[in-house]
Amino acid sequence: MEATKANTIIELTVNNHAGVMSHITGLFSRRGYNLEGIICGPVGDGSVSRMYLLVEKNARLEQMIKQLEKLYDILIVSLREDYDHTLFHRLHDLIIKEKNRAKYKEF
Amino acid sequence: MKMTGAQIIIKLLEREGIRMIAGIPGGANLPLYAALSKSKIKHILARHEQGAGFIAQGMARSTGQPAVCFATSGPGATNLMTAIADAKLDSIPIIAITGQVPTSLIGTDAFQEVDTYGMTIPITKHNFLIRNAEELLSVIPESFQLAMEGRPGPIVIDIPKDIQKQQIEIKRWPLMKKKKKKDKIDLAMIKKMTHMIQQAKKPLLYIGGGIIHSGAEKLVLELARKNSIPVTSTLMGLGAFPPDDDLFIGMLGMHGARYTNYILNEADLLLAFGVRFDDRATGNIARFCKQARIIHIDIDHSEIGKIRRSHLSLACDIAAALKYLNPLIKRQKRKEWISFLDRMKKEHPFQIPQSSDPLNPLNLIGMISRIAQGNAIITTDVGQHQMWTAQIYPFRTPRTLLTSGGLGTMGFGLPVAIGAGLANPKRQVICISGDGSFLMNIQELATLAEENLNVKTIIMNNGSLGLVRQQQEFFYDKNYMASRFITRPDFAAVAKNFGLKGIDLGKERDPEEILQKALNEKGPCLINAPIPFDQNVTPMVPPGAGNHEMIGGE
Repeated sequence: MEATKANTIIELTVNNHAGVMSHITGLFSRRGYNLEGIICGPVGDGSVSRMYLLVEKNARLEQMIKQLEKLYDILIVSLREDYDHTLFHRLHDLIIKEKNRAKYKEF
Repeated sequence: MKMTGAQIIIKLLEREGIRMIAGIPGGANLPLYAALSKSKIKHILARHEQGAGFIAQGMARSTGQPAVCFATSGPGATNLMTAIADAKLDSIPIIAITGQVPTSLIGTDAFQEVDTYGMTIPITKHNFLIRNAEELLSVIPESFQLAMEGRPGPIVIDIPKDIQKQQIEIKRWPLMKKKKKKDKIDLAMIKKMTHMIQQAKKPLLYIGGGIIHSGAEKLVLELARKNSIPVTSTLMGLGAFPPDDDLFIGMLGMHGARYTNYILNEADLLLAFGVRFDDRATGNIARFCKQARIIHIDIDHSEIGKIRRSHLSLACDIAAALKYLNPLIKRQKRKEWISFLDRMKKEHPFQIPQSSDPLNPLNLIGMISRIAQGNAIITTDVGQHQMWTAQIYPFRTPRTLLTSGGLGTMGFGLPVAIGAGLANPKRQVICISGDGSFLMNIQELATLAEENLNVKTIIMNNGSLGLVRQQQEFFYDKNYMASRFITRPDFAAVAKNFGLKGIDLGKERDPEEILQKALNEKGPCLINAPIPFDQNVTPMVPPGAGNHEMIGGE
């Protein structure tokens, strides 16, 4: 996969409970926004999570952020032009244990 | 004090001031009903959950306060969906409390299990699935807060049966104080807006449902009169501006009068207040008010720039903004612009039928408006009768027109009228419906008979899905596929069989006299009014056209 320049990252701080992910992905599918990638994990004591959404940089980005800001379980929305979104394309390499890398190469 | 989840819910609803709840019991919400039976809250037994949802909407739309409905799990919850989605699109604060299968069975495809939480995500302002009884103490007060704060909207609270039965110790009840967010108004922006308005030659107020939600109608009137700014309203805004005022130019959009849409097209500044640039109001957005700059004020910041870029904007309560804006605005006469309005009104008037036939649809609505009490609440269904009503019924105060604007739900009129009647027992409530729409929630006649409310229904009966038939005539080569009913129920007889009074104006020599008598009598009544099947709503903006490119109504 090749990193495209037209992508950017939205960083979300969200309440951590079942259903939050549905609210966010549901918003993207209902409003027809493209969602290229998601990374998510708990922070601190686990009551909140941080989410990184890889999205296309286009005219709808502003709307996307405004709609995200309206969601009850989203605490902070920020557009992270300064983040390295190519991480999303290297995820597979990062997540596989060193010793197994060779085994999974073909994927 | 030990209490069950169900008892806690009812207690919290009482504390929120809820006096009535519409709903239907079933397996998964029986504990809730057991607790409700011990409460002073009155229960209205609907005959379909969609009816219950719309009864709650009738209460909420007519009063501006949140209203509650109950349904059981599975089909109970799915039947509510249309009423919830309808509330979402028109920003109506209802709280739907649904029973769910016990926590241990969630996810097992248990009897009457559906993913109510998942299904209601896109049609609510927010929703909750309760995981333990303690959560109720925060979720229920918070739901009332959420339903009303900012842009109002529906909330769903899905509560598994075991949690309704779970006993917990209650030490103290949550504080009832509602946080009220104060709008911080950007005064520099207000000044810029003032300047732009005063510089404009042909400004126009384009107002919508936001004015009614905000209670800003007096401030809008003040602004319009002070600076001589003509006013057009969306369907949802009708009632927010006096229809007889010289500055009022009627409803805009797909079925707006010719002069209305022509005047709009001339404007050089559009004051879009409490509106969301809905496609039925704007027509083809690229051709909408092309020469106009736009000042957009809406409480929902995601509406700003969603459809159309504005030149100046504020995301705040419209009344709060106008309190700062109005004093800065100078008096202006705008003689030229006002004389243009008068000329357009004369040259392209709304066409009132020449015939005096009382059963001509527009004559019929005129007749209803002459007979109805000044503060009567009018509900409509969806279709031709709704548009005719919007075109000529003089709505003088907010919340006198209750209509499904965003979702356009047929079957809306009767249950909403029941809800409005329950919440406003001293007022006259009239549901103007069509035969197609009315059949979609006709079972609520049983609820109406039971409650014996002062609710009148007038069915404008053309034996067809009139607005569909009209579109087929205009745009589908008169191929009237599936828009004409072959069987025609005798609605007056149907009403009688439900235990209500039923009248058929088609069988009367003097329909006006009979209608007058029927509307002025106390109690419920259904009035069937046969109308010609081939009368169209005009003018009409064809799909894809600009508002000024209307057909008909000349």
